[in-house]
Amino acid sequence: MSFQYFYSQAIEEATARYAKEQQKQNRPFYYAGGTEILTLRRLNIIYPKAVIDIKHIPACNIYKLHEDYLVLGSALSLTEIEEKNFFPLLSDVSTEIADHTARNKITFGGNICGQIFYREAILPLLLTDSLLVFAKDQHLRTELIHDVFDEQLLLQEGELFIQAFVEKKYLAAPYVTIKKRKQWTVGYPLLTIAALKIDSRIRVAISGLCAFPFRSTSLEEVLNQPNQTREEKIAAALKTIAFPILDDVEGSSEYRLFVLQNLLDEVLEQLEEK
Amino acid sequence: MKQKPNKIVLELMINGEKREVVVTQDKTLLSTLRDELYLTGAKPGCYNGDCGACTVLMDNKPMKSCLMLSIEAAKFSITTIEGLKDAPIQQAFIEEFAFQCGYCTPGFIMNCHGLCLAKPEATEEEIQKWLSSNICRCTSYEEIEKAVKKTLALYQKGEQR
Amino acid sequence: MKSWGDEILSLIGKSVIRKEAWTKVTGKAQYTGDYFASDALHVEMVKSSYAHAWITSIDTKEAEKMEGVRAIVLGDNLPLIGEEVIDRPPLATKKVRYYGEVIALVVADSYALARAAAAKVNITYEPIPIVHSPLEAIKPGAPLIHDHIASYETDAGIYPEEGTNIINRTKIRKGNMEKGWNASEFMIEETFSIPLSDHAAMETRTALCEIISDDKIHIITSSQAPYMVKKIISRDFKLSPGKIVVETPLVGGGYGGKASVHLEIFAYIASRAVGGRKVKIINTREEDITVSPVHIGLHATIKLGCAANGKLQAAQLHYIFDGGAYADKSPHLATAGAVDCTGPYKLDNITCDSLCVYTNHPYAAPFRGFSHGEVHFAFERAMDLLAQKVNIDPLAFRQLNAIKPGDTAPTQTKLNKSNVGNVTACIERLRELFPWDGGAIQKVGEHVVRVKGIACTWKNSTIGPDAASGVVLTFNSDGSINLMSGLVEIGTGTKTVLAQILAEKMRMDINKVYVRMTVDTQTEPEHWKTVASRGTLMAGRAVLAACDDAIKQLKQLASAILHAPADDFEVGDEKVYLIDDPSVFLAVKDIAYGYVYPNGNAIGGQIIARGSYTLRGLTNLDKETGAGNPGPEWAVAAQGVEVEVNTKTFEYTVKKAVTVMDIGEVLNRKAAEGQLKGAMSMGISWACKEGFVFDENGVLLNPQLRTYQPIRYGENPEYIVDFVTTPHLEAPYGARGAGEQGLIGMAGALANALSRALDVSLQSLPLIPENIWKEKRRSPH
Repeated sequence: MSFQYFYSQAIEEATARYAKEQQKQNRPFYYAGGTEILTLRRLNIIYPKAVIDIKHIPACNIYKLHEDYLVLGSALSLTEIEEKNFFPLLSDVSTEIADHTARNKITFGGNICGQIFYREAILPLLLTDSLLVFAKDQHLRTELIHDVFDEQLLLQEGELFIQAFVEKKYLAAPYVTIKKRKQWTVGYPLLTIAALKIDSRIRVAISGLCAFPFRSTSLEEVLNQPNQTREEKIAAALKTIAFPILDDVEGSSEYRLFVLQNLLDEVLEQLEEK
Repeated sequence: MKQKPNKIVLELMINGEKREVVVTQDKTLLSTLRDELYLTGAKPGCYNGDCGACTVLMDNKPMKSCLMLSIEAAKFSITTIEGLKDAPIQQAFIEEFAFQCGYCTPGFIMNCHGLCLAKPEATEEEIQKWLSSNICRCTSYEEIEKAVKKTLALYQKGEQR
Repeated sequence: MKSWGDEILSLIGKSVIRKEAWTKVTGKAQYTGDYFASDALHVEMVKSSYAHAWITSIDTKEAEKMEGVRAIVLGDNLPLIGEEVIDRPPLATKKVRYYGEVIALVVADSYALARAAAAKVNITYEPIPIVHSPLEAIKPGAPLIHDHIASYETDAGIYPEEGTNIINRTKIRKGNMEKGWNASEFMIEETFSIPLSDHAAMETRTALCEIISDDKIHIITSSQAPYMVKKIISRDFKLSPGKIVVETPLVGGGYGGKASVHLEIFAYIASRAVGGRKVKIINTREEDITVSPVHIGLHATIKLGCAANGKLQAAQLHYIFDGGAYADKSPHLATAGAVDCTGPYKLDNITCDSLCVYTNHPYAAPFRGFSHGEVHFAFERAMDLLAQKVNIDPLAFRQLNAIKPGDTAPTQTKLNKSNVGNVTACIERLRELFPWDGGAIQKVGEHVVRVKGIACTWKNSTIGPDAASGVVLTFNSDGSINLMSGLVEIGTGTKTVLAQILAEKMRMDINKVYVRMTVDTQTEPEHWKTVASRGTLMAGRAVLAACDDAIKQLKQLASAILHAPADDFEVGDEKVYLIDDPSVFLAVKDIAYGYVYPNGNAIGGQIIARGSYTLRGLTNLDKETGAGNPGPEWAVAAQGVEVEVNTKTFEYTVKKAVTVMDIGEVLNRKAAEGQLKGAMSMGISWACKEGFVFDENGVLLNPQLRTYQPIRYGENPEYIVDFVTTPHLEAPYGARGAGEQGLIGMAGALANALSRALDVSLQSLPLIPENIWKEKRRSPH
């Protein structure tokens, strides 16, 4: 069963097409890089009947510094983001996703909104309290990420993720990001940790530990406790993990905890003094 | 007679030639290259974007053709292995014995060629980043490393564009 | 200048560029999937979703009605097939024995239509308890995967044990165990385990079949054994072999996985079901990993003893190979594991039981190394552990025990300078290239150490005494030669080496040798199978024999034309000339296509020369003792690795990998180095990154290249490869086969280095940080 391809050059065109196909019961999908749509479809995990290409919508391709913010369009490919490198933390996280050639196609928005649950590109946005812009029909809304992200982006039906805004002050903040895999340099994450320090506080976001990326205020509270040793902080940090930890082909949950311990240690090592 | 609206006529620019194909809208570029244009250089290895055997250049940027719709490719200039005419990277691969079974070779060559065009000054790290997109099961990668570095040097010296 | 006997060699050793090189870098190289097949119907496999179950019903009614479906094939009325044991229904009928086993074939107009219809085939199952591992398979009371295995037809040398899951047991009984243990002051006894893994060739298996007429079944397949495809379809479907024509073009990697006849059977049955129309079947990557034969696993128990001076005295080996759901080649894999059960060491007292067992896993095909990688992992770990116990440097321990001419192999074969390479020389050269520090732990940073590990290896082939290879040469009118051999070009470059041997022997320009790359079983003489690193030996000897024939014919023609005895002539530089007066000659081009006398009479015609070679002197192995002559020669190597390890996180990288192999003679330098390094890369990948993960339902969890990750560019160490040359006198120019040796010792050497670095004993694969962490937690250190 084939699907129909629609090309759009404007937000309204895309969202209107979505609504129309939805009405016809034609299971529409927004199509940016399309890598996930094509691979999941091949495995009969999704059954798109219509795809709406949003890659050429100008608003989704903005990548520049504007007043106090860095604006990132959702249709930017990951390698485009890495090349211009406005936001080194994001570039460093991005560089570890999939592989370079695939990243010529995988988009920033696609990585965040896709079904594959690692969504590593969102880690820097969680860390920087970024603002996200969505569109549906004629309406645009701007939200603080933490209000619309809970395991995944809480998009309304037919809503399109347009842009992210990151405050400039974060772009030069000291940071560290480390991705650990089952072995060596290519593959799904076992654990990805991204951290930065702003206003003397360390912020941490993690992917691969649980079935969704997250940033935990209770974990950060513990890591930023003034009169504790590193070991004490890490032990307390592990206790804040309330969600079930993944146990799969990449690694067991006990091992993930072991790796998390080492990663937190590394984060504290690099950021504590900064 | 039934009308099936799903097929479209596409004009693709492949290896400098305008080629017309009639395909379903969901047909990948890899399938179109192989089934419609009989350009079998780009190979299927996984249909999942993991192995790189299907790599072609799209406006000189390496792309996995199994992850691209034919219709998406219609806007760009596509180069396949068949479109390289005596590129230095091909010669280098031969001299350095950088292939054995040869199945991953077109994909590797296209990626390397893209790298030479985009970043003749590529650092060790950048070379690794680009080339870890392709899997070779026969060689040790050492020969491929020698071939690509040899060729980058030519581009650096300006002996090649 | 290289020499062989009295001859000065000019091409042997030269890094001649592959004959097919330009086609591979231009996209012109043709593989099975590249054949024009727009006229072919597509075959989709309907696969089992259970690892062990009775099939209670198969309902194809809905699928049959679907658009474009031309046939749905079920397994009733199909003969049992198999290679060494005829135990496999081509399509499962009563029972499924592994997750992914094929139950039906859907033949339809397009791949999409075939897939859609396959999804509509409804099958109901009644699950049976699953046998998850070789150990479970031999437990008393284990579910029997096959009943009445003693009634299966088998090849000679295979001994099924009725009422069990043991499809073969090969025994080695050498020397006197009591004497051996009594002389053993130091002993270790340990178990080792290796899961299944995959060949993961970049080209997935692909086959086409068309039944053109009553007399011709045309199969095109990516195979290492086109002649075995012909043989098996002929034997099991009761067809005259001449009716089956199998064509194999260039193959995109095989590593043994394409030596098993598998997809070709489906292609044939599918074509038959649609009245002989052309059909095409291509494995997706997931199918190639899950459904098609895999890389065997092993559970090993090794008891090894040595005297106080470190000399090995006795070995008791219990190897249980995970053959999977069907036997295919794995009984023989277990035999090979017994034949070379100890690694290249002098051991007079050996008892080995090497079992091949059924499990509810995908079944095993040969994998590069043919059980040697698996056995050497266990044995080389055992050697390091014993060396530790007796407090002798591990490399010195190997050197002390290195096998030599005059010693006997586990099969009691007497070894001499020709049939075994020089282990000691390899070790000595290894020391020069890879300064051995006793395996000392070098601290290079906080929590970071560097450690070296070593292993010594050997391999003989165990392909049967009837394996043969033939070569046909035809001349062109300019005196150039066409070389036809049934050997498949799977990437080893052997077809080019054959051209080198030919050009060397004929003393001609190698650019005038045209090698036919595509193998066709009707027009090219059989090369048994492109496996076992025996291409250069068998096909090379066949080339030499064909050259002798060509030279004889040329001399006879010259003799008739120039009126001198044939023996007075020599052939070289494209001339046939009088030995004592080379100015009297005929150009080969003037006689290779027939000769016309001045008066118009003609003699001769296009010269067609042939040669063949059969492995000689091989015997079956004694059922009780394993004594016999299993193969032509043991190629040996000494290998080492250096790893850099983080002692806190257990992560590591491989910094260096070294192999010194006794190759007998280097035929093509860069090709040989490439083969060795490629094999080392595969060995490192296997040991450090690969391994199937099954869940409690026997479902394979990592069937994609995203979750089953072969080694990538950038993960590779620095490679150092060198050769020692002790000729194998039977082989062309003394050359020993070198396709597999680089792989065999990598896992053992890596585990040895990591074990020492982290003060833990790693006895299972893969060597991923999590497994190391688990082992550290488990062990008392």
